[in-house]
Amino acid sequence: MTAAHEDLGLSPAGSEDHGADPHAGLEIVHEYEVGDIVAEATYPLTRESLVRYAGASGDFNAIHYRDDIAAEVGLPGVLAHGMLTMGLAIQPVVDWLGDPALVADYQVRFTRPVVVDPVAGAEITVEAKIAQLDEEAGTARVDLTVSVEGATVLGKAQVRVTLP
Amino acid sequence: MNPDLIDHEFEKTSPYLVGREKVREFSRAVFASNPVHLSVEAARNAGYPDLVAPPTFAIVVQQLTLDQLFAVEDAGIELTHVVHGSQQFGYSRPIVAGDELTAQLRVTSIKTLGGNAMVTAETAVHDIDGEHVVTATSTLVVRGDA
Repeated sequence: MTAAHEDLGLSPAGSEDHGADPHAGLEIVHEYEVGDIVAEATYPLTRESLVRYAGASGDFNAIHYRDDIAAEVGLPGVLAHGMLTMGLAIQPVVDWLGDPALVADYQVRFTRPVVVDPVAGAEITVEAKIAQLDEEAGTARVDLTVSVEGATVLGKAQVRVTLP
Repeated sequence: MNPDLIDHEFEKTSPYLVGREKVREFSRAVFASNPVHLSVEAARNAGYPDLVAPPTFAIVVQQLTLDQLFAVEDAGIELTHVVHGSQQFGYSRPIVAGDELTAQLRVTSIKTLGGNAMVTAETAVHDIDGEHVVTATSTLVVRGDA
């Protein structure tokens, strides 16, 4: 049972009623340490991924699917939506936590555009590392390193979580 | 870029009904693999009333308020000159299919840097009971005419 669950008034997995005093004799110890890599994943993006995200999000800015318009406004190519990169980069963290309700805050800076080649696409890698721990509160700050071909594309990508 | 936007009162958006298939569609688009995003049974087993939207789904609701911002007469924002600088979400709870959400925008800061302007737009999202769900904050860089 975590504070986040109580605030929600929801009962996600693992929060079954254990009786009148669920914490009696129970000492919660997290096995995490600062510097631990808690999740990693790689996402191959294609032009289809961009069209799919455009439809799902309603962001139909043409720089995300038309080479001629991207070139016209001086871009190096068709770009992935920043919000697509932000949206997928937290998925390994959600999978690690097991419950999206444990995500308290998520922020990123868009520092480098992700060019998606019409044939080769682009590959985004995500590494999630514990940057700060508050054992007493059972919370952590998880920093994401999100990169394409070794160059980071998001800055200050931080997730504040309640530890699972 | 019109500095008076900071005092502009934006109206609450009309309720956005979060559809189950929209949640599935968005989940697939952001490579969400946790079953609570895709399977109603898994979501219910985890204690949710319906499918859970991925964390960044809130942008769909925030976009409605950013459209209000871009539509302000004399705002001085040319859409093709807008670059997304940063984004933040602060959650009270995840968005769930069936939620009816309203959103209200505040422009909290406008800074000018050289020919560019940096606008911070903060959108508070509430459910039908008036409870806070998420606050989405965007920093937009509006490039000046070269």
